[in-house]
Amino acid sequence: MSDPVPLTTDDPGQVASATPPARGRSRRLGDRGLAVAFVSPALLLLLAMSVFPLLWALYLSFTDYSATRGGPANFVGFGNYTAILTSAQVHTRALTTLVYVVGAVSLQTVLGFAIAYLISRRTHGRGLLTTLFLVPMMLSPVVVGLFWRFMLDAQFGVINSMLGSVGLGQVEWLTRQRTALVSLIVVDTWQWTPFIMLIALAGLTAVPRYLYEAASIDRASEWFRFRTITLPLVWPLLLIAVLFRAIEAFRLFDLVYILTSGGPGVSTETLSFHVYKVAFLGFNTGTASAYGILMVLVVVVLTQLYLRYLNKLKEG
Amino acid sequence: MAVSVDEAVSTGPARDNPPPARRFGGRGRSVLEIALLTVLAVVMLFPVLWMIETSIKENRDVYAIPAKFFDFDVTMAHFRDVFVAPDGGRSALSVSFLNSVVVAGVSTVLATVLGVPAAWAYSRFGMKAKKDQLFFILSTRFMPPVVVVIPIFLMYRQVGLIDSKLGLILIYAAYNVPFTIWMMKGFVDEVPAEYEDAAMLDGYTRLQAFWKFTLPLLVPGIAATAVFALIFSWNEFVFAIFLTSSDDVRTAPPAIAGLIGGTTVDWGLVAAASVVFALPVLIFAYLVRKHLVAGVTLGAVRR
Repeated sequence: MSDPVPLTTDDPGQVASATPPARGRSRRLGDRGLAVAFVSPALLLLLAMSVFPLLWALYLSFTDYSATRGGPANFVGFGNYTAILTSAQVHTRALTTLVYVVGAVSLQTVLGFAIAYLISRRTHGRGLLTTLFLVPMMLSPVVVGLFWRFMLDAQFGVINSMLGSVGLGQVEWLTRQRTALVSLIVVDTWQWTPFIMLIALAGLTAVPRYLYEAASIDRASEWFRFRTITLPLVWPLLLIAVLFRAIEAFRLFDLVYILTSGGPGVSTETLSFHVYKVAFLGFNTGTASAYGILMVLVVVVLTQLYLRYLNKLKEG
Repeated sequence: MAVSVDEAVSTGPARDNPPPARRFGGRGRSVLEIALLTVLAVVMLFPVLWMIETSIKENRDVYAIPAKFFDFDVTMAHFRDVFVAPDGGRSALSVSFLNSVVVAGVSTVLATVLGVPAAWAYSRFGMKAKKDQLFFILSTRFMPPVVVVIPIFLMYRQVGLIDSKLGLILIYAAYNVPFTIWMMKGFVDEVPAEYEDAAMLDGYTRLQAFWKFTLPLLVPGIAATAVFALIFSWNEFVFAIFLTSSDDVRTAPPAIAGLIGGTTVDWGLVAAASVVFALPVLIFAYLVRKHLVAGVTLGAVRR
């Protein structure tokens, strides 16, 4: 992230320099032209596909526009926003999202770190193990969602089949309010534990070995070594992984759509899924836009945090 | 402290981590650890194995209660059904696979062509509010798709891009450009700027120096970045389902999801389609395994 060193040595102000000033100036202008030419196409695409739609959504969020009704959009001021922020429905969805994000992210952090720790202590087969553990992360949420739906099926799902064979009762995973949210957390954890594992493993392998050697000379206990060497060195990296996962989990949509469609009732309806319902089933485009803007604000705050820790890590 | 996954994946002898405590019965402990790892690996891989198994099972075995783990009849019928329609022509699924190839491929090329030069420029030149620009670029990547899709839907309806491959290609490219810039900037930062200075002293222009000296060194990085963009576009579902509707345009994720629409679900077919769909991704992921950490964190964690 450091600013580049000035590359042109021929400062036009220095008359004594070997290169004539004019050439230096033109080269510098050329550099700027090149930078603009290289950066602007990408920025233009982002302006057209991200900023413009977002500004449009911002405008719509102050109106009562509906995508099906058509007709002119009437300005309603902050009406949509106050309606959302005071709506009991939205509060329930926010709570569901919170339970889901906290539950899933903490579960996968603990599991992912544990797996990474176990793998890092192995000398042989580390590459193979890592590669195997990474498979779930690479699959499309659609495939993951469908497949877990099949495995969690109350009648012929393999999970209930296995529970039955060890003498436990059958569970209606996706059709009971409480277990549906648990199922969602489990599936998300299954898919994303490898992500935490991967980052934790990168951190663990980068801990300098001499620290452990010094500690063992001091006859430090295993736990002491873990607490005073391993954890503090891996922690910043782990925190980044957690933040990253929190952002992703907060905007989760596809898995909910495939696995439970927000049901039963509204027990697994996250904020993202609710936006979709308001926008594409209720066609209250204005309200949905206001909702979306609020969600973007949350993500921007989370991203800021993410970047702040990242910079801290890079400096440290 | 290097955080590239090179270390995480390689099994080089120099990288052995904390020496196991041999003092107190290190052996029993090590056995316990291996057992734990094995259990965890089996749990993590079981769903994938079950998917593969289901894809080659006869239908009556798919719905067997209790589930059959070993003694089932093997059939390739589900895989045939993925590609061949009941009347003998090409199935809708195979068309959607082809659409996925086109959409993911073209959007990846577009994102790479736009992103790599921009990454180079951000790495080499001082620009006004560079950090703000980079933050802005990253933040577009983090926006919830389901939120962005509302105005995109309205915009596409106005300009006639709804239900077209071009529409999907553009939005995927826009989604991948921030990733490409952030990841490539990391790779460019590692190529010393002095190479370009030296080239320019030899009389090359800045552009020539980039083209002839820096770009060739970036090729492995570009390949890795492109593969990640390809995987993102290949797996993407939200934009695909809301911006397309017809079978000729639809990509594979919504098409596979569409298989569970009816009252009865042909899980054998779903499994086979999922296996076919996941295969390229797993191959690609294997190819970029060395860059996985950089890739999954947008290249941000890599020094």
